Amino acid sequence: MAQVHEYDSVIVGAGGAGLRAALEAGKRVKTAVVSKLYPTRSHTGAAQGGMCAALANVEDDSWEWHAFDTVKGSDFLADQDAVDIMCNEAVASVLELERMGLPFNRTPEGKIDQRRFGGHTRDHGEAPVKRACYAADRTGHMILQTLYQQCNKYGVEFYDEFFVLDLLMVDGHCSGIVAYEIATGELHIFHAKAVLFATGGYGKMFKITSNAHTLTGDGPGVVYRKGLPLEDMEFFQFHPTGLYRLGILLSEAARGEGAILRNADGERFMERYAPTIKDLAPRDIVSRAEFFEIKEGRGAGPDKDYLLLDLTDVDPEVVEKKLPDITEFARTYLDVDPLKEGVPIVPTAHYAMGGIPTDVNGQVLANHNGDLVPGFYAAGECACVSVHGANRLGTNSLLDIVVFGRRGGIAMAEYASTHKLLKLPEDTERSVQQWLAAICDGPGEESTYEIRSTLQEEMMDKASVLRTDESLSEALEAIDKLRDRFTRTRVKDTCKIFNTELVEHIELGYLLDMAQALVVSAKARTESRGGHYREDHQMREDDHWLKHSFITKVPEGLPQLAYKDVVMGRYEPVERKY
Amino acid sequence: MDVKLRLLRFNPESDDKPHFENYEVEADPMDRLLDCLHLVKWQKDSSLALRRSCAHGVCGSDAMVVNGVNALACKVLIKDLEQPIVVEPIRGLPLIRDFIVDMEPFFAGYRAVKPWLIVDESQHEPERERLQSPKERERFDDTTKCILCAACTTSCPIFWSDEEYVGPAAIVNAHRFIFDSRDQGSRERLEILSQRDGVFKCRTAFNCTAACPRGIKVTQAIQEVKRAALFQSF
Repeated sequence: MAQVHEYDSVIVGAGGAGLRAALEAGKRVKTAVVSKLYPTRSHTGAAQGGMCAALANVEDDSWEWHAFDTVKGSDFLADQDAVDIMCNEAVASVLELERMGLPFNRTPEGKIDQRRFGGHTRDHGEAPVKRACYAADRTGHMILQTLYQQCNKYGVEFYDEFFVLDLLMVDGHCSGIVAYEIATGELHIFHAKAVLFATGGYGKMFKITSNAHTLTGDGPGVVYRKGLPLEDMEFFQFHPTGLYRLGILLSEAARGEGAILRNADGERFMERYAPTIKDLAPRDIVSRAEFFEIKEGRGAGPDKDYLLLDLTDVDPEVVEKKLPDITEFARTYLDVDPLKEGVPIVPTAHYAMGGIPTDVNGQVLANHNGDLVPGFYAAGECACVSVHGANRLGTNSLLDIVVFGRRGGIAMAEYASTHKLLKLPEDTERSVQQWLAAICDGPGEESTYEIRSTLQEEMMDKASVLRTDESLSEALEAIDKLRDRFTRTRVKDTCKIFNTELVEHIELGYLLDMAQALVVSAKARTESRGGHYREDHQMREDDHWLKHSFITKVPEGLPQLAYKDVVMGRYEPVERKY
Repeated sequence: MDVKLRLLRFNPESDDKPHFENYEVEADPMDRLLDCLHLVKWQKDSSLALRRSCAHGVCGSDAMVVNGVNALACKVLIKDLEQPIVVEPIRGLPLIRDFIVDMEPFFAGYRAVKPWLIVDESQHEPERERLQSPKERERFDDTTKCILCAACTTSCPIFWSDEEYVGPAAIVNAHRFIFDSRDQGSRERLEILSQRDGVFKCRTAFNCTAACPRGIKVTQAIQEVKRAALFQSF
């Protein structure tokens, strides 16, 4: 028998979005945060470079310029009403974090310091602008710590190391979740009036990624299996500077502070791809340029398979003071001193633009017509508002989690305080119990390790920065085989206490679902836009493809696609040049 | 290269006490210890239990005792370790399974020092940011780096013998606020830290500084908090 807990609102995930939502919901209604990890282990803490807001502390700026950059960066797929809200609320959001105690770096006058970041410009693309508020190269760490401190201050209730397995729905309304307590192996039902998912991304489907081992698409996976749609799954961002072989992130702030990307010939190759803002072009463009350089034989190293991030011309004091962590990563993991030589880098799977579709208050959409799911919310990387469209600008993820985490937390609390607790569905946990029993009782002739590493290799080779119909078809076929093999695995560990094999098994299942959704969505989109680049359809096709994809799992066969128009605003799509 | 590992295993459902088991995996000298533990788990014995997430030293999940000293498994490379690599759970916290310990006493110590910004809330909130000079910001920079991995606290001989001691990590997090020019809660925090289980239990063994994977000068921070408590200077 599962334990039952009753709350007004339940938040799943304790990274930046979940904690920010918890602060709002917790002040208004009885709230619990359910998280697979201890909150401070969340991957928000790995974000480095900054959080953009047009504070104009260092240079002239306006939120409208920020909105323009975000829309252009998104390759015009972002919903412009949502972008306006995010960029407008950015200023207040940064100031609020400062008031909570976040230790931003400061200008000589004592104001929050700001620096350059990719794709952020003055006056609609004229030149790079200093817009990113930062704390060395640990901005995400400081946001996560600050929000966790505030949650402790206000006594937010946490259920740490509880893994979400199911969403409870009654007649299309959300009424809670089922979670697995990792420490005991027991099931818990969180019966709630409103639920918010803030479970993060799913970069672990790729071989080279900046993502944590635990980023496996749990939230979107649960939603997808429930028959609800996921939006814009074909758009996955590859960050241009991941440590060679490892994928560990080296912040764009390095280039913001003056670092330069070079190929094997020492050439500053970005001059050819983005003549105006060069190395500070948005990530999709730089990652693609790196793939082309490697493809055309200009990669560095014995296998000509990486590029170099050159910090040797940046003031050593700036490197040590403002980029201490990434300098240490290069030294620790590659034995390379960035002060003396170029750091080997490759594009690394970094951020899911797609996810659980929501409106601007975080409420989840039931379909491409825009109908809402009562009582169900999502925020952060697992959600798709959409403010990032086809390509997210650097720093906008930290902004997204704070702005939409806050809005989602307020909205869910308002919903919870005006609605009654619904009945739980009958046999609430039975399907989960059967599922867990089945995976502990499978034939066990296949290895989850091999399935996971094959998936990661296939996705990297066939569905990453450069894609074709052929490569995506091959990826889809490979995923189908892996899904079939996955049914013949078994969790062999029988211990109930911290059965991490069971957790990893379930995570792999979510990853296989996310990979299928990504590839099916990508195969259908016969154009190139932002992070989705088709070598066989290299142009953006606004007449046909200026729309969001919605993918839904069906009982038999491949998932189905539908489309929703982009919310337009001040900016008409134009050719994207930098 | 072949890597020999000697891992302290404990299954609470079937073992009376922990015991060592030996494993051998094939790895690159530049691989992390965490990579090798994964190879054991994924290829040899799926029941191996450990916590990990980011795998590059920022989330603080995988603190362990590696060849006798505390480290993050994702931040030590095979090339730097003598073999067989002996791995044990961190000490001083109740063992649950393999490398997993009960972190709750550690977080209780953390929460006890009120690790959040304390300001006079009756005052009108400023419209813009509070000003803080780069020098004031620099004053507490070192202790903002803490990732709560518990490597320091569980390397402390005082903490091993006295679980009531708040421990180095809690003091580091108190330091982060005591020396923040914006904070107004130093007196109440120092009062807590001046009690029996507070900062004066420290005997400056320096284990904590050696253990910190973030390079925080933990012992120095503790000494600064002691001075602040003695002389009310912060």
